[in-house]
Amino acid sequence: MQLQSSLALIAPEIVLSLAGLALLLIAAWSRNAGRLVTILAAVALGGASVLVAPALCSGAMGPDTLAFEGQFAADAFASFAKILIFVSAIACLMVAPRFFDRDGAIRAEYPVLMLFAALGMAIMVSATDFMTLYIGLELNSLAAYVLASFMRSDDRSAEAGLKYFVLGALASGILLYGISLVYGFTGTTSFEGARAAMSGELSMGMLFGLIFVLAGLAFKIAAVPFHMWTPDVYEGAPTPVTTFFATAPKVAAVALTARVALDAFGMQMDAWRQIVIFAALASIVVGALGAIGQSNLKRLLAYSSINNVGFILIGLAAGTAAGVSAMLVYLAIYVAMSLGSFVAVLMLRNAQGEQVEGLADIAGLSSTRPLLALCLAVMMFSLAGIPPLFGFWGKFVVFWAAVEADLVALAAIGIAASVIGAFYYIKVVKVMYFDEPAGVVTGRSDWAHWLILGVTTAAMSPLGYLLTRVLGDLADRAAEALLFVA
Amino acid sequence: MIQTLAFYLFAFLVLASGVFTILARNPVHSVLWLILAFFNAAGLMILVGAEFIAALLVIVYVGAVAVLFLFVVMMLDIDFAELRAGFVKNFPLGIAIALVLLAELILGIGAYRAGALELGVPDGSAAPLMDRSNLENLGTVLYGKYLFLFEAAGIILLVAMVGAIALTHRGRPEGARGHQDIGKQVRRRPGEATEMKKPEIGKGVEL
Repeated sequence: MQLQSSLALIAPEIVLSLAGLALLLIAAWSRNAGRLVTILAAVALGGASVLVAPALCSGAMGPDTLAFEGQFAADAFASFAKILIFVSAIACLMVAPRFFDRDGAIRAEYPVLMLFAALGMAIMVSATDFMTLYIGLELNSLAAYVLASFMRSDDRSAEAGLKYFVLGALASGILLYGISLVYGFTGTTSFEGARAAMSGELSMGMLFGLIFVLAGLAFKIAAVPFHMWTPDVYEGAPTPVTTFFATAPKVAAVALTARVALDAFGMQMDAWRQIVIFAALASIVVGALGAIGQSNLKRLLAYSSINNVGFILIGLAAGTAAGVSAMLVYLAIYVAMSLGSFVAVLMLRNAQGEQVEGLADIAGLSSTRPLLALCLAVMMFSLAGIPPLFGFWGKFVVFWAAVEADLVALAAIGIAASVIGAFYYIKVVKVMYFDEPAGVVTGRSDWAHWLILGVTTAAMSPLGYLLTRVLGDLADRAAEALLFVA
Repeated sequence: MIQTLAFYLFAFLVLASGVFTILARNPVHSVLWLILAFFNAAGLMILVGAEFIAALLVIVYVGAVAVLFLFVVMMLDIDFAELRAGFVKNFPLGIAIALVLLAELILGIGAYRAGALELGVPDGSAAPLMDRSNLENLGTVLYGKYLFLFEAAGIILLVAMVGAIALTHRGRPEGARGHQDIGKQVRRRPGEATEMKKPEIGKGVEL
């Protein structure tokens, strides 16, 4: 009976794993099934999203959502993150076939690994036990390492995979050490138990465990000072994979960090708050300053993602329901902006059909590809948080939550630093609109790319404000579910 | 009485084979001594009632790890004279590490003697009595409470395998050396693959 209810709660994960296994068989039996497997994987992810949606709409929370004796929670918070993850994975599947067509057809392992990575992330965001957390994280990371070096013939891709693997393994080690300390000093691996055991004074061992766990997670969300791998990996990995890295795993790791901080370490808010505040400010500043000198668009966007993680962490630092809700709204907007800008980079091809990534190559893009330049400009303004665009809303809610939680200084420094960030976003627009045309980017783009770019651009345009009610409502429900135990 | 005897026998053999693992000149002999050490350690585990760990030691360490070592040692041409050449130079470092380990041992035993650690008592009498074997208990936990994590870990292994193949496997074109035609392999029947010969005594076989 208990097993049945548990299985019903993990239905989306079961769908994903069965789909992954079935697609592996299809890939093994038929040659050149890459395109078919990609479509089927996207369908499976869509099906999983549909299965997840009811929990979000009904605002599921509490003991009814716990599966397997409290190791897994299928509540509204997890559902919110899962839908973001699945949707961005579908988008990354849609843009992939055209990209890989240049070096022969897309290999079927790409969609299969994407599917398993999405499964790992779904487990991560639902984790209410340190062991579930680690299993989900490793499943996601392992698939991600392979995806980063998926272009075997490309040295940069191999380098990206190796760097990601070595540093990721180190971070996993740090995380595991933290988990073992927490386990040793609280006597349990469940978040609930850890929360109860930490309700009194924080012992030295617990404090060390907390710091190590947060450090390991900070690596996964690429927050400063654990961000060094991001530019290299984002630059070297194939662009569809970079799009994936900048969206889904970020959502998963941020959601996981929020759950660990507010659930497992929820009674010790003062202990982790200063760490989160430091990581938030450092990420905003380093992300903004680091991007200034970049001449490669993917590296630039990598620094931009570090910068954005800082803003997301401000919502977490607030530690209130409003803060979590703001964080989720920002995450949703950030995912749309990242998808849009990376897909726009993916559409930059020269006359030979090769990918173009240099900032100098898009000079005068407005005269050769006016529509693409317009979409990219909307993305850049939105990332900079310039008011009529939707990106501003995300920053606004996050800062509002911080001010309400008496973190005025944090909000003020964040706003000041976002002005620095605006410099390089606007520089990209300036290069596209006011520089002499370089004439490098020509060629046509796939309909799937246009579809994703069009949808994200429309969402980021002032039209996006129509979404604020719906998005805010869903995020509020998710935040409530996360803070239910409190 | 018999337990004490068995303990000293196993313990002596573990120590002795450990020493010979280091002292043996031939690396293959070293690995064989190591296997003997594993076997005797498994015997010690059985004495304290940890039959599952004993089985793991034999199956995993002897069956897989040690055989892997053996293969590696046989395949790599290791020049042990060269490895030993740095002995004098690295001697102080080795001594330092040994001292650190010794200090840790003394600290650990001291803490245990002072009652700061609860590890049960040496004769095992304080260990919780269970009506079932370790194996059964482990099984119920792995396939009961932690079923979800266990299956998810299985998927991690699958992803690792798919990843390793995706990154390294290069399909060979038809006709090239090493090309594998699975259908052809499966269709093959014993009649095509083997031939019965009746060699006359003293004449040998013509192939």
